[in-house]
Amino acid sequence: MSSQTATDPSISQETLTHLQRLEAESIHIMREVVANADNPVMLYSVGKDSACMLHLAKKAFYPAPPPFPLLHVDTTWKFQAMYELRDRAAEEAGMKLLVHHNPEAMEKGINPFDHGSLHTDMWKTDGLKQALTKYNFDVAFGGARRDEEKSRAKERIFSFRSANHRWDPKNQRPELWRQYNTRKSKGESIRVFPLSNWTELDIWQYIHLEGIEIVPLYFSQPRPVVERDGLLIMVDDDRFPLREGETPEMRSVRFRTLGCYPLTGAVESEASTLPEVIQEMLLTTTSERQGRAIDHDQSASMEKKKQEGYF
Amino acid sequence: MSKDMKDPVYVTDQLIADDIDAYLLKHQHKTMLRFITCGSVDDGKSTLIGRLLYDSKMIFEDQLASLENDSKNVGTQGQDIDFALLVDGLAAEREQGITIDVAYRFFATDKRKFIVADTPGHEQYTRNMVTGASTADLAVILIDARQGVLTQTRRHSYLVNLLGIKNVVLAVNKMDLVDYSAERFYEIVSDYSHFAKQIGMDSFLPIPISGLKGDNIVSHSENMPWYQGPSLLAHLEEAPISDTAMQDHPFRMAVQWVNRPNLDFRGFAGQIGAGTVRPGDAIRVLPSGKTTRVKSIVTFDGNLDQAVAGQSITLTFEDEIDCSRGDVIVQSDQPCEVADQFESTLVWMAEEAMLPGRPYILKIGTQSVTATVTEPKYEVNVNTMEHMASKTLGLNAIGVVNISTDRAIPFEAYAENSDLGGFILIDRMTNATVAAGMIHFALRRSQNIHWQAVDVDRDAHASLKNQKPAVVWFTGLSGSGKSTIANIVEKKLHALGKHTFLLDGDNVRHGLNRDLGFTDADRVENIRRVGEVARLMTDAGLIVLTAFISPFRSERRMVRDLMAEGEFIEIYVDTPLEVAEQRDVKGLYKKARSGQLKNFTGIDSPYEAPETAELIVNTVELSAEDAAEKVVQYLLNSSRN
Repeated sequence: MSSQTATDPSISQETLTHLQRLEAESIHIMREVVANADNPVMLYSVGKDSACMLHLAKKAFYPAPPPFPLLHVDTTWKFQAMYELRDRAAEEAGMKLLVHHNPEAMEKGINPFDHGSLHTDMWKTDGLKQALTKYNFDVAFGGARRDEEKSRAKERIFSFRSANHRWDPKNQRPELWRQYNTRKSKGESIRVFPLSNWTELDIWQYIHLEGIEIVPLYFSQPRPVVERDGLLIMVDDDRFPLREGETPEMRSVRFRTLGCYPLTGAVESEASTLPEVIQEMLLTTTSERQGRAIDHDQSASMEKKKQEGYF
Repeated sequence: MSKDMKDPVYVTDQLIADDIDAYLLKHQHKTMLRFITCGSVDDGKSTLIGRLLYDSKMIFEDQLASLENDSKNVGTQGQDIDFALLVDGLAAEREQGITIDVAYRFFATDKRKFIVADTPGHEQYTRNMVTGASTADLAVILIDARQGVLTQTRRHSYLVNLLGIKNVVLAVNKMDLVDYSAERFYEIVSDYSHFAKQIGMDSFLPIPISGLKGDNIVSHSENMPWYQGPSLLAHLEEAPISDTAMQDHPFRMAVQWVNRPNLDFRGFAGQIGAGTVRPGDAIRVLPSGKTTRVKSIVTFDGNLDQAVAGQSITLTFEDEIDCSRGDVIVQSDQPCEVADQFESTLVWMAEEAMLPGRPYILKIGTQSVTATVTEPKYEVNVNTMEHMASKTLGLNAIGVVNISTDRAIPFEAYAENSDLGGFILIDRMTNATVAAGMIHFALRRSQNIHWQAVDVDRDAHASLKNQKPAVVWFTGLSGSGKSTIANIVEKKLHALGKHTFLLDGDNVRHGLNRDLGFTDADRVENIRRVGEVARLMTDAGLIVLTAFISPFRSERRMVRDLMAEGEFIEIYVDTPLEVAEQRDVKGLYKKARSGQLKNFTGIDSPYEAPETAELIVNTVELSAEDAAEKVVQYLLNSSRN
C-alpha cells in the first residue's frame, strides 16, 4: 500500500510520529470497547471527524469489518452531499447503517426555521436517546475532541450515562494509563470518544495523509448562499424559506464544520484542495465552532446540552 | 494586545503561506510528548500553560479577542493579557461540585505535538495528579522563586517519582519577582537536590523562568545571561518519549481481542506494551506458557516487517495455540513472571475506604481478575514521606499492601514496565474505579502453592449423599430470628434425610474467628472465612445453613461468587429495627444504645438489605415455624433436593 500511511514504520524506526501514536491510541480504545461491550454502535454524523473515526475503525478490526453498525441520528435537514457520502461510506466499510428520525419531530414538522432550539432538542437530543433505547445499544462511539472547546478539555474518554441517558458530571471515573474501566451497572450506557486527544489540525493532517474521503462541502466551490444574521447560509434545497429581499447568490464558499444546512455558516474561501483547506485553517483567525449557530445561545450551552444527552 | 508582548515564535512560519505541501510533509514527522504540570494556583501553573498555548499560536483570534476583553475585566494583570484565563474556567465547575480530575490541553511546535495534563484543585490533588501523571512522559514541577521548596513541592515530586516519570523539570517560576537572581535560583536548586536524593529521584533539570514575562519559555532569556541551559520549550522538544524507551525492553503485548472474521484467519489484536516484534520471532503466550512463532504482523496498511512499542497491531501465529483476551504474548526466551500474590503501592481514589479482605476487580493489562488486599503494610504520609501503620486507606491515601488475586496473572514490576505493572481496582457493587496500583514484586510463596487435584471430587461427594449441595445464607439484623429459623430449617431437612450443617455467627466467633472484632474490616474478614468454610462444606456435598448478620452487600456477593452457580441461596430475614430492638433477646440493643457496645449493626453501623435475595421472610407476619417451612419448600422446589 501507499508508503505515506501513518502506520508505515519506514517513516521512523525509532520514534512513532504524533499521528501514529494518536492512531494507535484510538485503535486501542475501539478494541477495548468491542471486547467488553454487549451491543456497541458508532455515531456517524458524516463530518470530517466521523470520517476519521470510521477510517480508524476499519484499521482497528482489519481484516474483519468493524463489528458494529453506524448510527446516523438524522434531522432531515442535512446537506444533500452528506446523505450521498453517508450511504456510500457505510457500504464501502461493510457496515450496517441505521438512520433514525425522531417520529414526533417528523410528525410535527420540526424545522430549524420555525422552531429554534427545539429543532436540535427534538431531532438530535431526543432522537439520539430514542435510537439508543430502541436498539438497546450499551456503548456509543462519538467523534468529539477535547480541543473543540474549553469545557471539553476535562472530558473523559469513557463517559458514563444513566439509564435515562443523562450525564452525571459528579460520577465519572479517573482514567489511568491505558486502563479503561468499562464496567457498567444495569441500564447505564457509555459514550466513548476515541478522538479525544486529536486536535483539528491532527484530523486534517490525517485525512490528508491517509487519503480519507470527506464531504465535498469542505472544499470551496461556487454555491448559492444568502446572508442571514451574520452567517452565510447555503440554500441547499427548495425548503429554504427566503425572506423578503433575500436572493440566493453564487459565492465561492466552503464549510469548516457540517450540520443542518440552515444552521451552518459557510466561509468565503478559494481553498479547493485539501492542502489549501489546511493552509487556510492554519492561517485562519476564528475557531472552529463559530460556524455553528448552536453554540451562540449561551456560553455554557454545550455543557448543558451534554447533561441533557446531546452528546 | 499590549505592545511589549513578544510575537509568537512558533507555527506562524512563512512556510504555511508559501508552500503548504512542504509544511505538511515536515509536520508529518512530528513526534508527540505528554507532560504534566504540577503546582498550585499560586505557582503560576495556569499562566505557564496559557503562555505555551499562546506562544505556539494555539489561540484563535476570536478567543484572543475575548481573552483581551476578559483580561481587562477580570484579569489580574492590569492592562496586560492574563494568560491564566485561557486555561481557567474550571473554577465555576469546581464550585458546582463537578469532578474535574484532569484537563488536557494541546499545543504544537514544528517538532512536536504536546498534550499537557493540568490537574486543578487542592482537595483531590493526589488522585488527580496520579491520574494525569500516569500517561505523562515528563513532569514540570513549578516552584515560586519567592517561596522556594514547599511541602507541596515535596508532595508533587513524590507522586511524580512514584508514577515512574524519569524526566523531571524543576521550573523555578516568577524569577522576575526576585530580580532574576542567580543566587536565589541556585539556592532553590540546592535545596531541591537534597530532597530529590531522599526520595530516590535520579535526576532533574532546573530551569529559571517567568511564565508571565516569557523568560526562558520559548527562547533564552536576556534577563538571565547567567543561565546557559535550554529554554523550557527547547527541552520539551528534545526530551525522550516513554514508548520509545520501551522499545529496548523484551517484547510484551497484552491481547485485547481475537480477530476471527472467517475460518482461515485468527489474529490477536493488541497495542505493544514493550519491545519490538518481527515475523518469525519465537513467542510465548502467558499464563499458559505455550510457544509458537509470529507468522505475520497484520495491519490495514499491509503486513509489517517490524512493529514497536506503542503500535496497535494484529499478530498471527505459525501454530494454532490457545490465546485469548487477557493473555500476554511475550518474547519466548525472555518471558515475564506469572504470580497471584504481590506487594504493591495503592493510591486510594474513592470516598469509601479500602477494606482488607473485600474482593475488588483488579484490571491489569487487558484482563480482569478478583483481588483482595491481604495485608496492609503501611500508609505513606505524602507530605513527610513517613510510614504510618494502617489497616485501611482512605480517599487520597497512598499505602503499600500485599494483594492476592484469584488467578495467576502475567505481570512485570511497575518500575520496569508500567503497561504490565500498573493496575486499577474496581468496586464490584458500584463499578467505580477505587484505586490505582503499582506492582513492586511477586511474593515468593505464591509460586509455591498449587492446587491439589483430588480424585473423589465434589460431584462424587454430593451424589453419594443423593443431594445437591447449597449454602443457605440467612442475613438480617441482630435479633431478627436468623438462628432460630435456621435451626428449625435444619431439623426439617435432617428429618427429610438431608446432610446438613449449621454455621452460627456466635459459635464461629468462639473458635475460628475468635481473633476478630466488630470493625468494618473485621466484619469483612469474618464473612470471608465463613464463606470459605461453607464452600469447603459444599465441596463435601453438604447443605450448609449460615446465620450471620452479614451487613454488607459486597461480602454477601463475595460469598455468592465463591459458590457454584445456583448454590448460594440468600434468605433475607426481614425484621424492622424497632421490632428487633423490642425483642432484644440478648440484651445487645440496650447496651448499644447506652454506648457500651460500639459498631452495632442498625445502631451505629449500617445494614445493607439485599437487593436480590432468593427469598424474603418477614418475621412480623410469619412465625419462626412458618418462615422455616417456607424456606424448606423453596429449597425443595428450587434445587431438586
